[in-house]
Amino acid sequence: MASPQIASELQRLIEKYEDKLLSEWMRLQESAGPLRSGRISRSEIEQQSRNFLNALMRAIAGGNLEDVNAPSFAVVRDLLEEIGRTRAGQGFSQRETAMFIFSLKQPIMNLLSAEYGKDSGHLLSQSWAISLLLDKLGLHTIEAYQKSREDVIQRQQEEISELSTPVVQLWDGILALPLIGTLDSARTQVVMENLLQRIVDTGAEIAIIDITGVPTVDTLVAQHLLKTVAAARLMGADCLISGIRPQIAQTIVHLGVELNVVSKATMADAFGVALQRTGNMVIRKPQAAQA
Amino acid sequence: MDRIPILKMGDALLVTIQIDMHDRLAIALQNDLTANIVRHRSKGVLIDISALEVVDSFIGRMLDNIAAMSRILDAETVVVGMRPAVAITLVELGLSLKGVKTALNVERGMDLIRARLDGGNADIEQRAP
Repeated sequence: MASPQIASELQRLIEKYEDKLLSEWMRLQESAGPLRSGRISRSEIEQQSRNFLNALMRAIAGGNLEDVNAPSFAVVRDLLEEIGRTRAGQGFSQRETAMFIFSLKQPIMNLLSAEYGKDSGHLLSQSWAISLLLDKLGLHTIEAYQKSREDVIQRQQEEISELSTPVVQLWDGILALPLIGTLDSARTQVVMENLLQRIVDTGAEIAIIDITGVPTVDTLVAQHLLKTVAAARLMGADCLISGIRPQIAQTIVHLGVELNVVSKATMADAFGVALQRTGNMVIRKPQAAQA
Repeated sequence: MDRIPILKMGDALLVTIQIDMHDRLAIALQNDLTANIVRHRSKGVLIDISALEVVDSFIGRMLDNIAAMSRILDAETVVVGMRPAVAITLVELGLSLKGVKTALNVERGMDLIRARLDGGNADIEQRAP
């Protein structure tokens, strides 16, 4: 049987038994669990289900059952993407999200077997067609779900890299850059931009890069550090590296990396050097007469 | 404009690059600059690139060359006013301008040159009887 005919028969069938289909589908969705967790209301699911059935009917009225990327399925796709996105935001699992579509199979199969029970050939071709279609739509929903999760992860990564690269002014003309976490090339870029901009803003002559919070220093990280130092030098600021832990000092030597920068074990030492170079001095005040 | 002006400020020369460089301009600048260093017996060259938004390897090499030429004529080159984006680009290109001194702005650059001059004069005074 040709697919346009299957499509129009299906469409008629869904239209005719829409309410029955919907109530059975709702019952299945309720027993499947997402509703019981209270993350989504019954009326919301019902609304989504009703919208989906309507959109599906309109989509297959054109006679197309195979290609879900066709323009006739645009509304259905948008609807499913929206559902996938919101489900991801509401904290549903992939399985629960996929079950929205897949749980529609059973009510439709019931409907088909009631209608064409005696004609098994017809029944088979109908169920096969609708089953394929729903699978594709289910996968589409999952893709939207996945994509919105990936967006969240990416946004968080950006936020973390923004948060973890503050540039602090320690003194007039002295900046500190406490690095926390691993330095990859993307973060080095952010660090560099922040540091250079602050050098321009504050007119700093010395920047202390503190790597106490950097867990490991390999050749790549060292190279990134040296790039930052070179860029700061081009802006007319000297860099000091501080916070080098014993293991890191050993690793650097074992790797044969030449740092060629003034480095100090602690931030305090580096700050002392920076004060000296900028012509400042710290003096302990004589204690006032103690009681 | 086919020449970059070179201004004399005391013992130093000030060059402000405001337009895109190309080879002819760079060669003209090198000629003018070396001639001026010799004529004024300048001890320092300030190159202000704060107006440059785009720097390529050509300009990087040109700066290096100018610094090398000035050094032979006993003048120190200080590149001043580099923008953050430009600094990042140069580093990514692998040009860290090792032979050139740098300063944040013209004022700081002048301080650097003056410090060198003071040091040099002190040297001569010490040797004088």
